[in-house]
Amino acid sequence: MIKHETIEKNIGIMILLIILVISGGGLAEIVPLFFSNSTTKPIEGLRTYTALELEGRDIYIREGCNVCHSQQIRPFRAETERYGHYSTANEGVWEHPFLWGSKRTGPDLARVGGRYSDDWHRAHLYDPRDVVPESKMPSYPWLFENKLSGQDTATKMQVLAKMGVPYTEADAAAAREQVEGKTEVDALVAYLQSLGKLHSVYNNKR
Amino acid sequence: MSAFWSAWITVITLAVILGCAWLLWSTRRSEPHKETTEETLGHAFDGIEEYDNPLPSWWLHMFVATIIFGLLYLAAYPGLGNYKGFLGWTSTGQWEEEMAHAEEVYKPVFAKYAAMSVEDLQSQSEGLKMGQRMFANNCSLCHGATGSGAHGFPNLTDSDWLYGGTPDVIKHTIAAGRTGAMPPWGAVLGEEGVRDVTSYVMSLSGKEADADAAARGEQQFQALCTACHAQDGTGVQALGAPNLTDNVWLYGSTFDKISHTIRTGRSGVMPAHKDLLSDEKIHLITAYVYSLSNK
Repeated sequence: MIKHETIEKNIGIMILLIILVISGGGLAEIVPLFFSNSTTKPIEGLRTYTALELEGRDIYIREGCNVCHSQQIRPFRAETERYGHYSTANEGVWEHPFLWGSKRTGPDLARVGGRYSDDWHRAHLYDPRDVVPESKMPSYPWLFENKLSGQDTATKMQVLAKMGVPYTEADAAAAREQVEGKTEVDALVAYLQSLGKLHSVYNNKR
Repeated sequence: MSAFWSAWITVITLAVILGCAWLLWSTRRSEPHKETTEETLGHAFDGIEEYDNPLPSWWLHMFVATIIFGLLYLAAYPGLGNYKGFLGWTSTGQWEEEMAHAEEVYKPVFAKYAAMSVEDLQSQSEGLKMGQRMFANNCSLCHGATGSGAHGFPNLTDSDWLYGGTPDVIKHTIAAGRTGAMPPWGAVLGEEGVRDVTSYVMSLSGKEADADAAARGEQQFQALCTACHAQDGTGVQALGAPNLTDNVWLYGSTFDKISHTIRTGRSGVMPAHKDLLSDEKIHLITAYVYSLSNK
């Protein structure tokens, strides 16, 4: 019989037992997902982000959009009525890092692409209250001034390619040209318009 | 999930739960005292000593209860690999049930209103209210909560229409979307020409404008702008070209704003909603939008 005294007084055994119990959760809940089709196989027809959208995604992360906006529609009618088909894991296999989020101060953006015009997004990012008077989203006027150099876009694509995103060398070679000189808001709007539009498997009619 | 991973999950999950139960049981059995005593473990730190007492029974029983709960939960719900649980619950199944229930409740309501014309719906306050709610969810971000629009996004409450205000046209606008196409004229007209045409456009709606410039601008206007805005500047709804004579301005009415529009062009986009909203919903939103200017 193990005495609790034995465990309490031998820190090594205690650490070992704690690791055993905790790793049980990870081994059972996380590890199988690395080998499951539903989490590793992209949904049919999924396309990668263009160079401009990819830069927009990084601006989205830089400005912390994911802190207030989730990108994960849960399978509840209240959500699918508002946002479209619920999100599935195979839509996000090329997301590094994923931006599902867990907090909604603003609405979910998983399928915001195509819902509003580019002009609306620009007006809204410049000052949200110009179009939605009751909005408490911050303004992002500097996005309209900052220009992208496209210096790192190719490298970003190459790194993502190493993680399994099917970018080709040709994509990386053409990346800079597609990005250079564009404003940050161009990139961010391109990214926002791509959300939910990277494949067309789901019917989002409601 | 393959049989291997299913077994992997099942074995590890049960091993952890049963392992915890065993640990609890075995340490409990080896406790030197079965009752609360004054005996200590024999060590002291800063005068603080530790009793050598068994686990409090309320705590122990809660621990046992969580283990039993965990096992019952895993029997009822999917958790052990491919085992589905005796309740047969899935998150998507729950969603489908919700959707089926909603379909049953709301379908007759939508069907009732779908059978009515937009004109007839004007007397149906419940139907218009449904339209208003859907407008608030889907349209108000651009057109405003009351439909009064914003800079670059048309006011729907006046009787001035870019593409037309009949029920059929409104419905088409919502379903198929619109893309405005005012080309940039800065390069063609030159800065002087832009200023002249701006003056003329301002004079069309009775605004104060330099008469000489307006006269020069009129010639340019007649040469370049009439294909869309018509000779008298009243616009062509088939093209979405606005009436310039009615003093309703989508992009502002100051000299600077108008000249900016002429110089760089405009391309207002109304996104298509036919892939987002069902026909019945578009029908009710159409009725609500129609009601805004046909009170």
